[in-house]
Amino acid sequence: MREIALQGLWKNNPGLVQLLGLCPLLAVTTSVINGLGLGLATTLVLAASNLCVSLIRNVVRAEIRIPVFVMIIASLVTAVELAMNAWFHDLLIVTNCAIIGRAEAFASRNRPLPALFDGLMMGAGFTLVLLVLGGMRELLGHGTLLAGADMMFGAGTDITLHLLADDGGFLLALLPPGAFLGLGLLVAAKNVIDRRLERRIQTTPAAISSAAQPG
Amino acid sequence: MATIEEPARIPQRMAIAGGLLALFAVLGAGLVAVTEDATRERIQSNEREYLLRSLNDVLPADHYDNVLFEDTIEVIDAELLGSDQSITVYRGRLGAAPVAAILTPVAPDGYSGPIKLLVGVDYDGTLTGVRVVAHRETPGLGDAIEAERSDWIRRFDGLSLGNPPQSAWMVRRDGGDFDQFTGATVTPRAVVKAVRNTLLYFAQYRDELFEDRRALVESESGDNERDRPSGSVEE
Repeated sequence: MREIALQGLWKNNPGLVQLLGLCPLLAVTTSVINGLGLGLATTLVLAASNLCVSLIRNVVRAEIRIPVFVMIIASLVTAVELAMNAWFHDLLIVTNCAIIGRAEAFASRNRPLPALFDGLMMGAGFTLVLLVLGGMRELLGHGTLLAGADMMFGAGTDITLHLLADDGGFLLALLPPGAFLGLGLLVAAKNVIDRRLERRIQTTPAAISSAAQPG
Repeated sequence: MATIEEPARIPQRMAIAGGLLALFAVLGAGLVAVTEDATRERIQSNEREYLLRSLNDVLPADHYDNVLFEDTIEVIDAELLGSDQSITVYRGRLGAAPVAAILTPVAPDGYSGPIKLLVGVDYDGTLTGVRVVAHRETPGLGDAIEAERSDWIRRFDGLSLGNPPQSAWMVRRDGGDFDQFTGATVTPRAVVKAVRNTLLYFAQYRDELFEDRRALVESESGDNERDRPSGSVEE
């Protein structure tokens, strides 16, 4: 379980490592709330599709598994989109390859409970990237965070934070190139952190033995 | 998985595979159908509520006492309303007397495509409000036409064809009365022009707009109106 969580949230993060679902990831992250909406919807679909795929993994033969996965995912996405439109405000949901990727790579080979958990964690990892990227772009572009919450959760939940002077902002952040640059920076940051962690683990014994030496 | 199969069993396995596919297709379609059925009413009422809220943004609710989206007329005027498709006009009345209309014209010459507008006009030709419904203008530059992003669009409240004079219904760069945005002139120019044209249309066809019918169509020759048999709004 711990390993599954770690895979989804960090080591094998769909947004930063697998680089799956790039199209919605880049298109939707102009604000935190947009990112949150897509993240929640994707998590829901991922968890449900992983569960279904895992339940049927012994019934469906290998040669027809892909069309079956596609049908399951397509109907789930449509159902989730309808439900979201009914109970939240209009929301853009884009089916993305992260979902079929998990169905094929994990859910079709594992028992239902781990598969469900994997869906939730992969979704959470994806949502995290959407939130951070959306936050970066919204802050730079509009100078706000969490703008538009009332559009999604209904009136009375306007929790917009105005953090920077509203002087038009840094336009590039909102345009498509800003999405690529932002994602690139996030991937780079993750790699730097990973390398630091790795080096610390490697150098810990050495550091003790060389502590006496200056420099 | 990839074991070599006995030839005799292949048709049987294909049939099972086909059956399974059909089964999942039915299940998937069933799920979608059930969800659609469960959410249809809510989605419709959400859309209505949203529409009414936008309509009340451009025409305050205390101006009229009828149900706006049940009192509509479809009109076509490519030149003044910016689209060769039919455009919905919501008619506001107090009692039986017409008091205002909300038109849904298009500004065809936005920077990156048409800009859809809601324009509320009092019976005497004074604007009660203008809002942008949909646009694809550049984020951060042209999107200041949105009421959430700046107050620019509220500048139209209370204006009419005589105020400012018709020659001043342009952005400042063109010698008119309306501000353009830093870095974006095309977008406000398109909106100002569309609003002015809408007022011109309203002035010209006001009485026909409030007549008791569902559609108003201009024939090619110009001043010859006829009813279309099928109104596109029915409830």
